[in-house]
Amino acid sequence: MADLHLPGTLTPLFAELPRRLEVDAATVGAAVDELEARWPGLRDRLCEPGPLIRSHIHFYVDQQRATLDTPIPPHSRVDVIAAISGG
Amino acid sequence: MSKTVLLIGTRKGCFVLESDGDRRDWGLRGPYCEEWPVYHAVFEPSAGAIYAAAASEWHGSAVWRSGDLGETWTHSSEGLAHADASKKLSKVSTLAASSGRVLVGVEAPGIFASRDEGATWSELSTLAGQPGSEVWDDPANQPPGHLGLSALMLDGDSSSKFWAIVQGIGLFETADEGTSWTPRNRGLRAEWPREHEDVGFCVHKVVRSASDPTRMYQQNHCGMHRSDDNGETWTEITEGLPSDFGFAAAAHPHDRDTFYVVPLDPGHGRFMPDGAAAVWRTSDGGSSWQRLGRGLPQERAYLGVLREAMAIDSHDVPGLYFGTSTGQVFASADEGESWSEIASYLPAISSVEVAILD
Repeated sequence: MADLHLPGTLTPLFAELPRRLEVDAATVGAAVDELEARWPGLRDRLCEPGPLIRSHIHFYVDQQRATLDTPIPPHSRVDVIAAISGG
Repeated sequence: MSKTVLLIGTRKGCFVLESDGDRRDWGLRGPYCEEWPVYHAVFEPSAGAIYAAAASEWHGSAVWRSGDLGETWTHSSEGLAHADASKKLSKVSTLAASSGRVLVGVEAPGIFASRDEGATWSELSTLAGQPGSEVWDDPANQPPGHLGLSALMLDGDSSSKFWAIVQGIGLFETADEGTSWTPRNRGLRAEWPREHEDVGFCVHKVVRSASDPTRMYQQNHCGMHRSDDNGETWTEITEGLPSDFGFAAAAHPHDRDTFYVVPLDPGHGRFMPDGAAAVWRTSDGGSSWQRLGRGLPQERAYLGVLREAMAIDSHDVPGLYFGTSTGQVFASADEGESWSEIASYLPAISSVEVAILD
């Protein structure tokens, strides 16, 4: 299981979506699949068609920048960050 | 007693203004849509629902829906992706809703439709095959702020016939729900070279007379225009206005010859000329124009009004409304003769639509 942290801009969009939750996924892409299964539509908020991670969304696995293919080791921390942009 | 409801799309969410039939006192609610930039919010009368086209820099584009005048919202982008994966859908720009169908125009230029209250969407058309359309999606033709398919105009409750504006390209009409299209730009003016005879015109806003559907008015990048044949041909009616440039337009609901525009300086400023706010009205189909500024700021007022940011209601004495790029909403309950500021300090306003609810 990994410790997944989501941005505060995401949680108001889906009922009972917490800022922090545990996921059982081998890769970042699988973690997104798990989120999509539990909160339909959530993938579109993090990924563009492809899927590709949206340009202003960043994933980190144990503080290292990650792609959808990045493995998630057991007991790791996954951070999803809304990039510093806009105004 | 009926309610008059304004839907205000802003750079930081959707707002709702409500008043009674007198339209003197207004209550403001919002922001809604989690403060996403809302490009256009409309009312769908058959279900009594609000739809808002919004695009977040972080979380992408979605169409939001509220069935209770803004108290609760859902959103979806299920199916909002071009069938051609090389086309990037960067924003949802404009909405049109009627009889249970919702259309949304997007950048890169295209139209998606929903028949299940915005839960799912399917690509209706990208206007492929229109002259020059092969280069519409070139990134060089999609600068920041570009809206792509910038406006849709329905033909009453007809699902098959409607009009679409492709930004910087022109106006198009379909009579078969987007299967085929006809450019409707004959008679328009352009001040730049064009590669194709029928397109290459910068159509900002087209409105249609409710009392005579053959009568249309158009605010173009290059002048004001009128059509008396359902958009098939256009005649310029700019003379008498302080500028040939502007975005917003509104057609009187009961008089085919009366029409309102907001002329703007055409340079980088794109605000009302001389720092003095005014709406301009013609009551004779564009032969002459009257400046309507009573109650609007007349000194150091650098107000811009975007293409969807003016609306007119259908009361016997129609009310006019416009929202500014500096966050004010102005209203007139006497056909533009006098104005009052009914909301201040909102985020930059993209759209204003009005509905009368029983």
